[in-house]
Amino acid sequence: MQVIDDGGAIAETSTGRPVRMATPGGTATKDSDMREPMSAQQLTEVARRLRRHIVTMTAMAGSGHPGGSLSAVEIVASLYFRVLRHRPGEPTWPERDRFILSKAHACPVLYGALAESGYFPMTELTTFRKIDSRLQGHAHIKTPGVEMSGGSLGQGLSFGIGTALAARLDGRPTRTYVLLGDGECDEGQVWEAAMSAAHYRLDSLVAVVDRNGIQNDRFTSEVMELEPLPAKWRAFGWHTLEIDGHDISQVLAALDEATETKLKPTAIIAKTVKGRGVSFMENNPDFHGKAPSKEQLAQALEEIG
Amino acid sequence: MTGTASTREVAGRTLVELGRDHPDLVVLGGDLNKSTFANLFGAAYPDRFFDFGPAEQNIVSIAAGMAASGKVSVVSTFAVFSTARPYDQLRVGVSQSNLNVKMVATHAGIITGEDGMSAHAIEDVALMCALPNMTVIVPADAVETAQVLRVVVERPGPFYVRLSRPATPVIHDNGFAFALGKAERVREGGDATVVACGIMVNTALEAAEALARLRVEVDANAQQGYRAEGLADRIRNEYGVSKSRASLIARQETSNFMANYIEASSRDAGIKKYQWYSARDSRTRPDHLALHGKIFSFDNPPITDTRTGARNNPMQDYRCRCRAKPVIS
Repeated sequence: MQVIDDGGAIAETSTGRPVRMATPGGTATKDSDMREPMSAQQLTEVARRLRRHIVTMTAMAGSGHPGGSLSAVEIVASLYFRVLRHRPGEPTWPERDRFILSKAHACPVLYGALAESGYFPMTELTTFRKIDSRLQGHAHIKTPGVEMSGGSLGQGLSFGIGTALAARLDGRPTRTYVLLGDGECDEGQVWEAAMSAAHYRLDSLVAVVDRNGIQNDRFTSEVMELEPLPAKWRAFGWHTLEIDGHDISQVLAALDEATETKLKPTAIIAKTVKGRGVSFMENNPDFHGKAPSKEQLAQALEEIG
Repeated sequence: MTGTASTREVAGRTLVELGRDHPDLVVLGGDLNKSTFANLFGAAYPDRFFDFGPAEQNIVSIAAGMAASGKVSVVSTFAVFSTARPYDQLRVGVSQSNLNVKMVATHAGIITGEDGMSAHAIEDVALMCALPNMTVIVPADAVETAQVLRVVVERPGPFYVRLSRPATPVIHDNGFAFALGKAERVREGGDATVVACGIMVNTALEAAEALARLRVEVDANAQQGYRAEGLADRIRNEYGVSKSRASLIARQETSNFMANYIEASSRDAGIKKYQWYSARDSRTRPDHLALHGKIFSFDNPPITDTRTGARNNPMQDYRCRCRAKPVIS
């Protein structure tokens, strides 16, 4: 099994699948169809572009969910441009890693990442939430690169168990990454799935919880207390990590640790800021499900840079 | 196959057979695998059988994930837990997504009577028929069930197969060939159309047989000149209906027999027309009173109910006391 180091050399590991090291500057991949994994610096630049996409898409649509998209930018960027083995030109490549957006209302960040990866033209982002567009207000499986239809919370982790079990049956090296919202963890199905993944020892499955502390109406602590959240995941049998979800090096290190963890699924509780990068959206429950106005968009773009 | 068999048991055995030819077939159960006979698949192919406990929402979404990765996912549990409980997961994750998930549901209907109303799956067909891309099949017996499961596993897309608990009569012979989306005529007849599915097809056949026996009995009773009242008692005893209903059936069917007798004997005599003769008392329907004295042809009965447009000769309509006076031209 192979690890790709900074210099592009391929190293053997015992995990049975190619792994990209969480160090900047990786330049080689095993699959020629895959893009080169980005350095941390490049990922920071992609994150900036994703933030611009998010505020622009939602402003153009006049609706959407910018807050929980902005909080997940570093996580999604790290996955799509560094960690995932995927082929934008062949979205149904059986061996691809799966990224499942369980909090499907945060699809602006996913659509941005898919467009930046080359799944569909960047210009298509302007059709977000419009009639006849492939880019629905909640991600749908028929859109190239979208693995699961979402919009009803709580289903993604179970779906990810399905893709992970199928990969295990087929002997594919596929890994599955599921992004959950923290408010989403109110859904009972999340915990049905958490129990099942540990029972089946699905070490190819990673749950990342975007712990931005705000759900639709209010702060999560006001709606439904989740803490001690890491202890809950541990109690359900998961290898559980707590990180700063905006620190790309921490995100990459956690994803790497997940890959190295055997016989247990890994939960990464990523502490984030809702609306991150736009001052008037940060920690503001109003921007969970509200688009910025034209004036707000101009200010947001200026702040993002 | 003859005699009786339970559709759930045949389904469990058929899945084992299908598992041989279909390496991508996986079965997901929810701690009811002995009752659904999914445990047979589990014993034959332990790697492709998954039990998640009674967590149906989780099961359906996992089945969707496996289907999205190329598996043919069969979810095996009771009808009540296959539909209402994971409906949202079916709606968004399976049917809107058009994934290869096959819900094979047992213990449907009120046949689970003693378990109480929570166990009665009576909404399931309505729920599943409302979902896009979902094909709903309710096999009539064990022979059909085996063929249905093969079709369901081999055709892409979501399916709901509704099965039952008890051993029920096998109505198809081995020459039967299931055709997806087509109704099947299981009995010829001219008096009524009965539409049924599932184990109610056999019940409908039994009802048709009972009605045929009743017809013979009514005709014999009338031919022998007996009154309707004696027949009513026999109907009440044999079919278990109320006294008033038995009386209505006896009188109406006797009346019908007489109408047919008058028509037939008139035709035998070369008579094609009759004059409508109504009772003209306070109980006479205005629609029938309006026909009094008018001449009609047996071949072209008048409208006897202006609300429904129904056409009848005298004595054929519900509780009609009018008479046909043959017209000799």
